[in-house]
Amino acid sequence: MTGITKRFGRVTVLDHARLELRGGEVHVLAGENGAGKSTLVKILGGVYPDYEGTIEINGRPARPHTPLQASALGIAVIHQELSLVGPVSVADNIFLGRNPVRAGWVRDGRQEAEARRWLRQLGLELDVRRPAEQFPIATRQLIEIAKALSQDARVLVMDEPTSALNAPEVERLFALIESLKEDGCGILYITHKMEEIQRIADRVTVLRDGRWIGTAPARDLPMPRLIQWMVGRDMGEQFPRRTPAPGRERLRLENFSVFPSCFSRRPAAEDVSLSVRAGEILGIGGLQGSGASELLLGLFGAYGRATRGSVRLDDRPLRPASPRQAIEAGVALLTNDRKGTGLVLSLSIIANATLAGLRELSPGGWRRPARERAAAAAVTRLMQLRAASLDLDAGALSGGNQQKVVLAKWLQTRPKLLLLDDPTRGVDVVAKREIYQLMEQWTMQGIAILLISSELPELLRLSDRIAVLHRGRVTAQFSGGQATPENVLAAAMGQTHSEPDPGLRLEPTFK
Amino acid sequence: MMSDQTRLATPRAVNGPEEPRGGEPRQISGSERPALWRRLLSSPAGRAALALLLVLAVGAIFNADGAFFNPGTHRDTLREASVTGILACGMTLVIISGGIDLSVGSVLALVAVCAATMAIHWNWPAWLVVPCCLCVGAAAGGAAGLVTARFGVQPFIATLAMMVLARGLAKYASGGMKVSTAIQNSDGTFHYVPVPPLFHGIGARILDGNLAVVTLIFLVCVATAWLALSRHRWGRYLYAIGGNEEAARLSGIPVVSAKTFAYVASGVFAAVAGLCEAAQEQQGDPEAGNGYELTAIAMVVIGGTNLMGGRGGMGLTLLGVLTIGYLDKILSINAVPDAGRLVLTGIIIVAAVLTQRRKN
Repeated sequence: MTGITKRFGRVTVLDHARLELRGGEVHVLAGENGAGKSTLVKILGGVYPDYEGTIEINGRPARPHTPLQASALGIAVIHQELSLVGPVSVADNIFLGRNPVRAGWVRDGRQEAEARRWLRQLGLELDVRRPAEQFPIATRQLIEIAKALSQDARVLVMDEPTSALNAPEVERLFALIESLKEDGCGILYITHKMEEIQRIADRVTVLRDGRWIGTAPARDLPMPRLIQWMVGRDMGEQFPRRTPAPGRERLRLENFSVFPSCFSRRPAAEDVSLSVRAGEILGIGGLQGSGASELLLGLFGAYGRATRGSVRLDDRPLRPASPRQAIEAGVALLTNDRKGTGLVLSLSIIANATLAGLRELSPGGWRRPARERAAAAAVTRLMQLRAASLDLDAGALSGGNQQKVVLAKWLQTRPKLLLLDDPTRGVDVVAKREIYQLMEQWTMQGIAILLISSELPELLRLSDRIAVLHRGRVTAQFSGGQATPENVLAAAMGQTHSEPDPGLRLEPTFK
Repeated sequence: MMSDQTRLATPRAVNGPEEPRGGEPRQISGSERPALWRRLLSSPAGRAALALLLVLAVGAIFNADGAFFNPGTHRDTLREASVTGILACGMTLVIISGGIDLSVGSVLALVAVCAATMAIHWNWPAWLVVPCCLCVGAAAGGAAGLVTARFGVQPFIATLAMMVLARGLAKYASGGMKVSTAIQNSDGTFHYVPVPPLFHGIGARILDGNLAVVTLIFLVCVATAWLALSRHRWGRYLYAIGGNEEAARLSGIPVVSAKTFAYVASGVFAAVAGLCEAAQEQQGDPEAGNGYELTAIAMVVIGGTNLMGGRGGMGLTLLGVLTIGYLDKILSINAVPDAGRLVLTGIIIVAAVLTQRRKN
């Protein structure tokens, strides 16, 4: 791809970008959010047929006008925004638009067998006749990958394929990528995760503000240099140095269980006992399905009173029947699905930032637009939100800025306990760093944080202590220094960690 | 939802959005004027106003020998659009919350029958009839709202059920006959009672006959709905629920109450419309309001309020009410036969909604 330029209205998103992908290599496309990576991929995938520049495949010019044409050219794309059709079966989703047919009728049996075969390659055994929407987001992402694989593509584009996957699933994907590489397939891989770049990249191309910055073999591009390419300046230390100064106990869970579905007796989180002190970050490790997210949702009252056990916040019992009661008690929850459950994309930044605190801002029920604007401006300034105007729809912002709006909403409620479920998901490097710094500031203000992160290094570096969940139960707890990727992962996979060590105990050592 | 996602899929620069809102690449030849055009077309209000202007321009051209320029025509337009316009006020609240209310036409008939029975047969005074009628509307709306919000039945189904139920109640209460001032005696003959003062009052015109009371009521309804949507906390709740219900719930918004509130409000507006209808007709017709719900929905949608919820507003609905009202009037003063009128209205609604669509 050379000289690719793409404009939306008057705004140029890609400016003479270029990319060369060889067969049998993993080529990482890196850049901040909004650098134009996804646009480039969409042009390659035939989503945007309207661009300047040329694409050549095996030396022959090509111009995919539709995703179907791109697929015929041997290009398969796993999009960042999951593009499955929810109510349609998994098998139909995998073969959507290419269903095996005989005389116009879909051959269901064959299609299902094929679908099962592709999913098995990813280590997934599931009922392919069930609608895709019934599966959790990680499974849906794997289905998406299976869909791309099933196209037998020569060029496979993966736009953040691991954003919802857990470690073993990522391993399996990487193994699969290796074997595809050996088959001579070219893989274009987009990711925000540094360790993935180091792990699988053969070559790296960096885009910044829609422009091509450079392409280099991955081994010639150490991480600091790569980050410098991406942001245009030296970033220094990625994680802020934390100086933990925990105060008195803020939250204590005793044998806390969460029952997310009224139809199942099995709790998603079972007999969890934890405590968090003011100003402390407690990391919750766990693989997909460990029940960590459900634990936070249960604490937040999202499942109503379908919980068991005791929760004390600042030594007062907490048993919210609804998120509203939890908010009133001083709890805030950042969910792991910004667009699905975090933001109202059709509302302005102001409306989103004040949504949870609208009651206090509207005495007597009547809204005070000026007061709302001032409140939103105050919190978003703290967040270093970058937006042309606070009246913009939240949907018009980049991922990092959207996340800041959600954080602003919760900070606006002045929480005592912040539940953060993967706060840096789909967020670019710069915004990530800012979010880390914000977390540091909040702990200094005495806010207690429960943190889930899909990135193990992030979890290890940010948490003062880590509790690891496996199938809803706490299998191990580590103090910051003792947690290593290996032992956290081992605990997350079910190995219990039970050596008695005074430093690891949850009870505060001083009273 | 779909359009939101495609819109989101376009990447954005880190420091703010790349696209001006709704900005479409347009060939620009002038220097200053196109910017105005583009600004006008980039906002839903601008497009709704444009649709109305187009309809008015058509009226100015096909003016039926100057009848269109007669102030009386505009008075009549406003008066005739008032009843469905009142329904559109409630419909706006419901649609913004992501729902739909199909029951308003039937609730209107039920209330009209109730109002006629109370005022004509029972001789109740106005101060008793009006609150009772509003309560009937609120109860109908509240029932549909609870079924939707509390028990998660799709709004289409819940209000469809209420539509049938309210129509049935209207027929039951009236015995299937129009409740009018002609009262049947035991021997089969009729005697006539005077039209109750409440009906006279609502059906009257004030300011030397320049303003129909129903138009005034309509404008008060618009103002009330506007206040609720744009100036009250609960209005913001409705936008949030329509935009993303789960995010709204997790932000501590009382989703069930707020949604129920929208349907209750819609029921109350339907009751107001029912009173107006009864007063204008001076009777309670159990068949009244047939299809009004669809007209009200069309008014809301032509204004530019998104049927998927979360976007829109009362100002837009006002423009939509005027657009449909004038359309109807222009076709009728030009003596377009009923069949042709319906076909034309259908085509124009589609055209108006197509121009309303956000372009990417």
